[in-house]
Amino acid sequence: MAQTALPAAPATLGQEPRAKPAKSLWSDAWRRLRRSRPAFVSALLIASLAVLAIVHPLVTEHGYAEQNYDVITQPPSREHLLGTDQLGRDILSRLIFGARISLAVGLTVQTVILLIGVPAGLVAGFYGGKIDMLLMRTVDVLYSLPSLLFVIVIMTFLRAKLQASQGGITAAIGALDERTGGLIGVFIGLGLISWLTVARLVRAQTMALKQKEFVEAARSLGATDRETMLRHLLPNTVAVIVVTATLGIPLAILYEAGISFLGLGATPPMPSWGLMISEAIPNLRAYPYMLVSPALALSATVLAFNFLGDGLRDALDPWMRR
Amino acid sequence: MRRTYVIRRVLLLFPTLLALYTLTFFLMHATPGGPWDSSEKPLPAAVQEQLKRAYGLDKPLWRQYVAYLGKAVQGDFGPSYAQRSRTVTDIVKTSFPVSLKLAAVAMLVATLIGLPLGIVGALRHNTWLDHLATFVSIVGISTPSYVVASLLVLILASQLHLVPTGGWDGIFSPRIVVPAVALALYPAAVLARYTRSSMLDVLRTDYVRTARAKGLREGAVVVAHALKNALLPVITVAGIVLADVMTGSFFVETVYQVPGIGRFFVQSISGRDYPVILGTVLLLGTVISVMNLIVDLLYPLIDPRIGF
Repeated sequence: MAQTALPAAPATLGQEPRAKPAKSLWSDAWRRLRRSRPAFVSALLIASLAVLAIVHPLVTEHGYAEQNYDVITQPPSREHLLGTDQLGRDILSRLIFGARISLAVGLTVQTVILLIGVPAGLVAGFYGGKIDMLLMRTVDVLYSLPSLLFVIVIMTFLRAKLQASQGGITAAIGALDERTGGLIGVFIGLGLISWLTVARLVRAQTMALKQKEFVEAARSLGATDRETMLRHLLPNTVAVIVVTATLGIPLAILYEAGISFLGLGATPPMPSWGLMISEAIPNLRAYPYMLVSPALALSATVLAFNFLGDGLRDALDPWMRR
Repeated sequence: MRRTYVIRRVLLLFPTLLALYTLTFFLMHATPGGPWDSSEKPLPAAVQEQLKRAYGLDKPLWRQYVAYLGKAVQGDFGPSYAQRSRTVTDIVKTSFPVSLKLAAVAMLVATLIGLPLGIVGALRHNTWLDHLATFVSIVGISTPSYVVASLLVLILASQLHLVPTGGWDGIFSPRIVVPAVALALYPAAVLARYTRSSMLDVLRTDYVRTARAKGLREGAVVVAHALKNALLPVITVAGIVLADVMTGSFFVETVYQVPGIGRFFVQSISGRDYPVILGTVLLLGTVISVMNLIVDLLYPLIDPRIGF
C-alpha cells in the first residue's frame, strides 16, 4: 500500500472562469466540489455511513456480538437482511458496527498525522538549517522502511506490553485496548508512520511561501516566528493538508482491515471488516454471502474516500486541473 | 553533483537499515512473553533458564545487539524458537524464493494489464473507454488483494473448477493464476493511472505534433514517440509498487496457502517467534530499500534530462 498520494484524476470539466473576488477559497471550492458528481456522491455516502455507525444500536435489533445458534449461516432473510454468520450473528449489525472501527481508524490516524506531520513540516520548512536536516533525514529513514512490517512490529510490541502491564497508565491503556478489541496498537502504529507524507508536503509548501511578499510584509511589520507560521504560512497550506488527510483515510482503513484480516489486529468478537472477511474465507464455498457484504462495504468506503480526495484536490487547487 | 548524489543516496541506505534493525531488535526484545510461556502448560523455570542460556538471552542486551548484527550481516539470522530444528536462515531459504517468483509473475501481469489500460485511457481521452479504464483502475486501488484472491477462489476454483483452491507448484502451474492476479491488481491500477496521466502530458507536446505532421502512422507516433517518453515518470513508481507487491504477498499467501515468506511472517507473529520476525523484517526491509535505491539511481540514467 503506497504512502504517496496518487496524481489527481484529470477533471472532465473545462477551465472555470476566474472566481469573483468576493468569493472565499472555501465557497469557491465548495461550488466546484458540488459540481463533481463522484466526489459529491462519495461525500453523501460517507456521511450516511457515519450517521449509521453512530446510531448503530437504534437501527439494528441484534447486537454485533449476539450469538444465536438457532440461526447459524442463514442466507439473507427478512429478519437478518444480510444473513447470519457461522455463530448466528447478524451480519448487517456487525457490518454497521464495523463502520465505526473503519471510520474511527481513519479519523484517529489522520488526527495524529496532523498533530505530528503539520508542525514538523512547518518548522522544518520555516527554519531550515539543522532542524530541517534532522527532521527530514528522520522522515527519509522512516519513509524507506516497509510500512506494513513496521506497523505490525510496533503493534505486536504494544499489545504484549499492554497485556502484561499491571497498574499505572499503561494498565489503563491496556484496559481501553481490551474494550476497543485490541485496536489501540493499530492506531498508534499507523499514526507513527503516516505523518511523513504530510510533513514533506507542508515543508515544501512552507519553503516556497516564505519567500513571498506577503510573508516579508508580515515580518517587516514585526510578526514573530510563531505568528508568521500560524497566521500566514499555515492557512496557505490548508489545501494541501486537507487533500493529503482525505487521501490518507482510505489508506489507514485498508491497513487496519489488512492487519485484522491477518488476525493481528482486532480481536473477536470485534467486527472489523477485515476480520469479517477472514472469517468468511473458510466457509466461502457454502456461504459466499458472508464474504460479499464486508468486502463490498470495505471497497465502497475506500472508493468513496478516494473519490472525495480527488474531488477536493481539484476543488481546492484550480491550478492542478487539466 | 552527480557523484555526490549517488554517494549520498547510497549512504542513506546504511542509517535506514540500521534504524530498521535497531528498532525491530529492541522492540522484539522488549516485548514481554515468548513462545515458551505462552503455551497452555508452561515449561519449568529451570528449563526456561536453560533455553535462555542456549539462545544467549542471558547476556546483556547490548551484547546480543552487537552479536546478532554481526551474524545477520553474514546471513545468519539465528535459530527459530518455534521450529526448534530449523534456523531462520533455513526457513528463509525455502520460502523466500517462492515469494520472489510470485512477486515477479505478479509484476509481469501488472505491467501487461496496467500499461495498455493507461495507454487506451489517454488515447481515447474522455470517451467511454477512458472512463471504463479509469473506473477499473480506481476499483483496483480500492480493493484489497485478499478480497480479490478470495473472489477468484470462489469463481475460478469453487464454481468453474478451472484451478485448485490453494497451494503452490512453481510458476508454470495453474495454481499461480489466483495469487499472481490477486497480487497484480493493485500495482496494475497504479501503473494504469500513472501511465494515463503521463501519456496525456506527452501527447500534447510539440514533438508528437511534429511526428504527426510529417505523416507518421498513428501506431508509430504512439509507440515510438509518445510511449517511450511517457514511460519515464512511470518508472519512478516502480519502487513503491514493488514494495507493495512484496508486502501484499502476506495476504495472498495466507489466502491461497502459498508457502512463501509472507505466510511464515504472519505465523511467526501469532506464535511469538521473535527471531523469525526479526529476521524476516530485516530481510524484506533490505530487499525493499535496495530496490528503491536501484530505481532512484537508474532513473537519471534512463532520462538524461534529469541531473542527479
